[in-house]
Amino acid sequence: MLTFIVRRLLWAVLVMFVITAFVFVLFFKTPGIDPARAIAGRNPSPQILAEIRHQFGLDKPFPVQYGLMMKDIFITRDLVSYSNQGQKVVPEIFAAAPATLSLVFGAAVIWVVMSIGLGIAAALLRGTLVDPLLMILALIGISMPVFWAGEVANLITQSRFHDTFLFSWVPPLGYTSFTQSPVGWFKGLIIPWITLSILYIGLYARVLRANIIETESEDYVRTARAKGLTERRVLLRHTLRGSMITYVSLFGLDFGALVAGGVLLTEVVFAIHGIGFLTYQSLTNLDLPTIMATVVYGAFFIVLANMIVDIAYAWLDPRVRPA
Amino acid sequence: MAAILEQAEVATDLRPAIAGRNPWLLAGRRLWHNRIAMAALVLFLLIVAVSLLAPLYASHIAHTNPFVNNLNGTTVVHGKRVPLMVQGGGLLRLGETPIGPTWDVHHYFLGADALGRDVAARLLYGGRTSLVIGIGSAAICCLFATVTALIAGFFGGVTDSLLSRLMDVIWAFPVFLFAITVATELQTLPHGLSLGPLHIVASSLWLPTLIIAFIYVPYVYRPVRGQVLTVVHREYVEASISQGASNLRLLFSDILPNVITVVIVLLPLIIATTILTEAALSFLGVGVQPPNASWGTIISDGSSLLYTRPWVSIAPGIMIVLTVLALNVLGDGIRDALDPRAKLRVGG
Repeated sequence: MLTFIVRRLLWAVLVMFVITAFVFVLFFKTPGIDPARAIAGRNPSPQILAEIRHQFGLDKPFPVQYGLMMKDIFITRDLVSYSNQGQKVVPEIFAAAPATLSLVFGAAVIWVVMSIGLGIAAALLRGTLVDPLLMILALIGISMPVFWAGEVANLITQSRFHDTFLFSWVPPLGYTSFTQSPVGWFKGLIIPWITLSILYIGLYARVLRANIIETESEDYVRTARAKGLTERRVLLRHTLRGSMITYVSLFGLDFGALVAGGVLLTEVVFAIHGIGFLTYQSLTNLDLPTIMATVVYGAFFIVLANMIVDIAYAWLDPRVRPA
Repeated sequence: MAAILEQAEVATDLRPAIAGRNPWLLAGRRLWHNRIAMAALVLFLLIVAVSLLAPLYASHIAHTNPFVNNLNGTTVVHGKRVPLMVQGGGLLRLGETPIGPTWDVHHYFLGADALGRDVAARLLYGGRTSLVIGIGSAAICCLFATVTALIAGFFGGVTDSLLSRLMDVIWAFPVFLFAITVATELQTLPHGLSLGPLHIVASSLWLPTLIIAFIYVPYVYRPVRGQVLTVVHREYVEASISQGASNLRLLFSDILPNVITVVIVLLPLIIATTILTEAALSFLGVGVQPPNASWGTIISDGSSLLYTRPWVSIAPGIMIVLTVLALNVLGDGIRDALDPRAKLRVGG
């Protein structure tokens, strides 16, 4: 088990290296791209360009440039943004992280509760009309682009029905930090939470329903039933437990991907200034240090999630452990 | 004993000849009898047909060019000629608001956008772009992933390790972030991208198509490779080897036909995903570039009019939901048809 974890760690480091190196090459070595020009603005003179190259270390050999940037991100943490001169990137990311975490965490609570409820309901009511109805609803949820759902939610809660008793409590778009006002934090996030969770409720309800039905035919479930256990106990202690392995690993990956910046669209639509929003802004300004830092941050969470899921899987199911 | 033997012989003689049935035919028949899946297929084909007819609609029914600004234009509502841009509309009574839906197919059925262009006609043209990119990138993705998976699974060893590790890296990449990063990067190139003889201008539809195709390769590669590994040591492959078949023959006439079902099951689901991804990229302004329109860009165009003329954004969203829903339902149907033993059935 220990060698397995060590191997996964080494692999994670390698993946991080490949991803950062790739993004770095993409922005510095694509023919026709000159980061100095992006910093300098419109029609710079050759002297200014040369000065900028020197100031930002762009005249150094390529691996040195990469090394310097990694050092500035991980060790000294004083990487400076190109477009907002003087703005340090790493603290900016740490400042944006709570908004993203609040958004993803709240949505995850909603989607786990709802999808488990719907998945069990659909599986138990198989053969009745409820099951196909729930699954069609789940499919519609999966088919909806999240940014569009967000716009429709805004249209309803901010404009069309904002003056009615239903949605008059919805604050204007934006994020209020929890420390500033817990109530404002909750009110401002509830619509984004619901919007973000729609897709995952659909996805996870479908997965769970399919897994419950598959587990139902396992021998150990039949054994449990033959022992005379109550239906409730069979469901909760045996069927559901066996069905949750796929669910848990999927959850780990999706949660990681969302925290890593996958919530970008939701953040943009609801004007929540989290990591995704920061990435979006830095991309529109072609602000390389911020992009680099957000990619490093994102890759870190994805790789971490992958690793945790793999280790959890090996722990839950000893068959996948390497000998 | 003799009686039993006799009976057995009689039974064999009386048994009707079993016709060898083509498994594809059987699967097709199962799909044909799945009413929900067929309804989804019809819906999808309908959306494709309507989108293909976009130029006809624009020139013969709506009589407009949806790619030209028309801020000073007029149209007819209830027999009266009215300007397209209404002064001082909206909640704040500021600036100009385009005309809303007239629900008259000849005159700005869904209203105009902020530049006075016919939203309904743009919706159809946008559908063409979205479908071309969605289907195109899914096809490229599946083709590339299948060929790579065949090579990896068949040759094994170092080839397999290298290809699979590469796929793991792409898999571990924040795909969406990656697509946005690459798209932004490439679209800032003033003269487009030159890769040897290949030249892609920044506004080309190839750019989003290739980026989207690339990020979903591991999602197809993994299951196909798994299937290749289970097939590659089967008896019929060994029989072919013993008859001196070449590697190409083994790959394409023995192994490929037995793994292609995996790709066919995945294809509609991948198209659904690529359409959603294209819409998201275009919404952020890094997908389809003007003068082309796609459902994503129209939603993005409508964002500024959301509270005054919501139909500009709502209509393309409904088209996306319908298309993707049809593809998802069809995908479920195809999976059930090709693998009737599958225990995983969704939607009854």
